[in-house]
Amino acid sequence: MSNTVIQVENLSKKYMIFNEKQESYKTLRDVIANRVKFIPTKLRGKENSQPSYEEFWALQDVSFEVKQGERVGIIGRNGAGKSTLLKILSRITEPTRGRVNVKGRVASLLEVGTGFHGELTGRENIFLNGAILGMSKGEIKKKFDEIVAFAEVEKFLDTPVKRYSSGMSVRLGFAVAAHLEQEILIVDEVLAVGDAAFQKKCLGKMNDVAENEGRTVFFVSHNMAAINKLCYNVIWLERGNVKMAGTRKDVISLYLTNDTQSSGECIWEQGIANPGVREFKFKAVRIRNNWGHITNIIDSRESFKIEIEYKIVEPLPSCQIHIIVTTKEGITVFSSHENLDHNDDKKKEVGSFVAQCKIPGGLLNENSFFITVYAGIPRIKSLANIENIIVFNIKNIDNQQKSSGIISPYLEWTTSQSVR
Amino acid sequence: MERTIVIEAGRTSKQYWLDLWGYRELFYFLAWRDILIRYKQTVIGVAWALIRPFLTMIVFTIIFGKLAKLPSEGVPYPILVFSAMLPWQFFANSLGGSSNSLINNANLLSKVYFPRLIIPTSAVVVSFVDFALSGMILLGLMAWYNFVPNWQILTLPFWILIVVVASMGAGLWLAALNVKYRDFRYIVPFIIQFGLYISPVGFSSSIVPDKWRLLYSLNPMVGAINGFRWAILGSVGESELYLPGFILSIVLVFLLFASGVWYFRKVERSFADFI
Repeated sequence: MSNTVIQVENLSKKYMIFNEKQESYKTLRDVIANRVKFIPTKLRGKENSQPSYEEFWALQDVSFEVKQGERVGIIGRNGAGKSTLLKILSRITEPTRGRVNVKGRVASLLEVGTGFHGELTGRENIFLNGAILGMSKGEIKKKFDEIVAFAEVEKFLDTPVKRYSSGMSVRLGFAVAAHLEQEILIVDEVLAVGDAAFQKKCLGKMNDVAENEGRTVFFVSHNMAAINKLCYNVIWLERGNVKMAGTRKDVISLYLTNDTQSSGECIWEQGIANPGVREFKFKAVRIRNNWGHITNIIDSRESFKIEIEYKIVEPLPSCQIHIIVTTKEGITVFSSHENLDHNDDKKKEVGSFVAQCKIPGGLLNENSFFITVYAGIPRIKSLANIENIIVFNIKNIDNQQKSSGIISPYLEWTTSQSVR
Repeated sequence: MERTIVIEAGRTSKQYWLDLWGYRELFYFLAWRDILIRYKQTVIGVAWALIRPFLTMIVFTIIFGKLAKLPSEGVPYPILVFSAMLPWQFFANSLGGSSNSLINNANLLSKVYFPRLIIPTSAVVVSFVDFALSGMILLGLMAWYNFVPNWQILTLPFWILIVVVASMGAGLWLAALNVKYRDFRYIVPFIIQFGLYISPVGFSSSIVPDKWRLLYSLNPMVGAINGFRWAILGSVGESELYLPGFILSIVLVFLLFASGVWYFRKVERSFADFI
């Protein structure tokens, strides 16, 4: 009990989902109009006037404990309640039921560079952002040089941040956050930004913070490689419940294999359950081998197809399907998307489509791979994202000699005797 | 050092007021930020804080003093107008600033925790800077007309406090309502425009018939503005305060403030879910 820093008991959070409108805010007129609309039904004493909102429990009876110095990863699909949990822990929103005891100061990093103001200079923004994240002026002053060095922006300290490149402002934002002194850090996928080198630097810094300074870190990510590297304990949330909590090894491997269709096919029944938004729905994802059979075991020498069925309910200009193939450690092997140039016009129409992506034989090494499918309009909006929906296994049937590596492309070798 | 925070539904705790103190530096920083950016990328910068009230004062002097020939209580009409323009502009600016402050800082509300009261309050502080600046115009006018105030000027801090409390009260109400009902974005400019004419800014409230004065004092700014005039103009102006009306106004001001804090605290927890 003594070194428990966070104790969560039966935490629940309810949201109301308004069916009529997406906007979370309303105008007085709507409130009045709705009241008036319901007067006749109330007068007739009818009970069947269905409410225009639904209850939605983002979190339900979540309980766990975190000890000092632990690094806890939180995983789960989109909508599992991860962000809600973080928002409650960082006191941005209140739980509907349950309680949390937190010992020590909490710093929440749900975004890099929260409160940056474009008109202010880098120097000014460091102070502002630091204060927003809960540092005192003295603390910021003390760490100022370190922050600047970490962000690598010495030359631009007195330039307004609006003139910074996006990479620079992200670096500055993370640099401030990395120098926080709170005992508990709550981090939400902020590492998904910046270039690879900087990401590595951030991960290293986070490791450092937890390992050497004994601080408690909460980390949410879809990146299993990062979770695996950073966290010892992992909490797996599903539909607002704790599905599993334990060491990273057990939870991550189960997370990746569970829920993922191992039959080589995943079909959604017609209706609201289809993943996607109103105008776009996924219908099925499957893997077909060289002969067109649906399977999840592929001979490494043979080509196979990833097939995605989807439905467009409203015309969507240049909507694209992407696939991402990852290993079970979360390392991306490759990603690919539909080529739009050929059928640009057809794509805008309403209807059902089948997209097939052919993966050549002799490319992947013997292993399990996961497929993530994603639909979006490039640079405009994302429509749907289903992670690790299907797992497939590449089997090296004939070759006795195992090669190492994620891929084992068929490469041509020529050897000839040199005539010197 | 090691204090335990309990997060629970519907917790209106002492913790909040402790936090408010703990986050006082953030309060300075937010106010500082808003002051810094207020006149960035403008050519004449801070001069805007002087020009706007100055021009309004001239227009009011011409319309009410010269054309309508309203009584000036024996003081130069510009000084009469300006002594009311000061508190009014402060009130109007803080109202406009604080009612939009939460929405303008929506990204902060949904990403970090701090006592939300900080945001509208710091908006009031920003307007206070403008207020202090335009106070220099008043000094200029006094020098120009060789006008020397008497001891009553010493009560000015009290009147400033009344205006601060009034702006805070109204600002908190409007800021909180604005999060849920964006109508208030349109209502606020209207209140400000309307208020300029129903408050005794361009004229002395002595022109209001006696039997209506108590009713007139239902506008909380009437008491505050009259107080300002009384302090600045001294015995030359409205030699005495209209006491019943004054007390009514002051009571209303504090009522507005208390209810504003209460309502703000009540809805504050759901800001992040609605904004």
